[in-house]
Amino acid sequence: MIEVRNLTRSFEGRTVLREVSLEIRPGETLAIIGRSGSGKSVLLKHLIGLLSPDSGDVIVDGESLGSLAYSGLRRVRRKFGVLFQGGALFDSMTAEDNVAFPLRTLTDLTEREIRIRAAECLRVVELPDVGPRRPAELSGGMQKRVALARAIAAGPSYLLYDEPTSGLDPDTSLTIDDLIQRLDDELGVTSVVVSHDMHSVLRVADRVGFIHEGDLRWMGPVDELAGADDPVLSRFIRANEYQIG
Amino acid sequence: MVTALTAILDGPVRMLEGFGRYVLLLGRAFNLPRDLRPRLYLRHLVDQMVHIGVASVPIVALATAFSGGVAAVQALYQLQDPLYPLTLVGTFTQQAVMLELGTLVTAFVLTGRVGARIAAELGTMRVTEQIDALEAMGINSRSYLIVPRVVASVLMFPVLYVLASAVGMLAGAFVADSSQRLTASIYWSGARLFFREYDLVFGIVKSLVFGFIITSVACYKGYYARGGAEGVGQATTESTVVACVFILLADYVCAALFL
Repeated sequence: MIEVRNLTRSFEGRTVLREVSLEIRPGETLAIIGRSGSGKSVLLKHLIGLLSPDSGDVIVDGESLGSLAYSGLRRVRRKFGVLFQGGALFDSMTAEDNVAFPLRTLTDLTEREIRIRAAECLRVVELPDVGPRRPAELSGGMQKRVALARAIAAGPSYLLYDEPTSGLDPDTSLTIDDLIQRLDDELGVTSVVVSHDMHSVLRVADRVGFIHEGDLRWMGPVDELAGADDPVLSRFIRANEYQIG
Repeated sequence: MVTALTAILDGPVRMLEGFGRYVLLLGRAFNLPRDLRPRLYLRHLVDQMVHIGVASVPIVALATAFSGGVAAVQALYQLQDPLYPLTLVGTFTQQAVMLELGTLVTAFVLTGRVGARIAAELGTMRVTEQIDALEAMGINSRSYLIVPRVVASVLMFPVLYVLASAVGMLAGAFVADSSQRLTASIYWSGARLFFREYDLVFGIVKSLVFGFIITSVACYKGYYARGGAEGVGQATTESTVVACVFILLADYVCAALFL
């Protein structure tokens, strides 16, 4: 389980997250929604200690990230798989080597076992034939799927998605959403999805948290989103041209 | 008054702050993780040695060939008086190439070819979140990215220096022989006349220092690049300028200390 306690973070005098507290329960998919620049991605980076809070703490499986030394932090990070907004594939490597990279770096598997596992992960994301291609030769959607294959390669307990469908056409977005749902079901992982795409959120999330100007304004089950009485959230939903019910 | 003082102190304070971050980054990078996989680092190191060393041979050879040739031409120009023995052409060229040109020209060439490439590469990795991706996997990105590059540079620069000196001397011999004023054998006897092994050791020590400066500065600037394509461009430019300044400074310090 992940707990976020009173997390506050500022950049150059501007408060991006203000006293944010939430918990992410085992096995659930929590979506964090909000406008661009509202602090969603900053919150996500705090969950794996890529950013340190000004105050507050993040606790992963009982371990406070703030009190861990760098080696301890790296150990905790290995429980996570992260899909970054742009994929963040290593452009000097092929797709297969990207997927194999965490296995080569962090496990004692043989090269043969690594290749088998990498091929398996690429099959899971329905891209069994792109192994020899470099990221520059792949479309945006394919890059995200390869990045997802890399994220699940080492068998994480938590999957973090930073805007998984941004910049993708509706059809590819649907494919990514299906993948997120399938991975949640098949791998039993706990997921956090940061997104401003309401269609995607409604497809994949169990619970939703709404961040606006650094404040966590609303948190609840996805099916209660329609009845939320927060005017800012209602406006955000309307702006997404989403009609509930 | 206070504002003016703040403005004056702002530059030096920023420089000190930058130097502190540079030292901390290198300290953290070379504090290698206990779970480091030597095979992976070794492979990465060999790749970098090829990129930094082997791939730089043609441009280093070209640059030092011209430098050695120019040194010989200038020696011939200064030794026009028949009172001076023409063996000194070899002596002057040898001294210029081995003590200064071999290291300095190679350093500037590598600053442009290797330093700029490393700063741009790491800068792009930073702005496209590839460094975050490494960290998110639980990998020490500083050690993984910086150590093989710096070590490869420190190992390869002396090799390039020896090659550069040889090419520079050969180019000097060619120029001397082409001048019709002395033969290559006179040139080589002059080159041997004042040759001391210490000169070679001095050149190798300087090349180690320059190699470290070029890659460590490039890694620092690239690792902390911010702000998209513009940030990468700025990091690359700053890396080149700062490395050139530090090379000139180190060149003087080495000469003052060891000669």
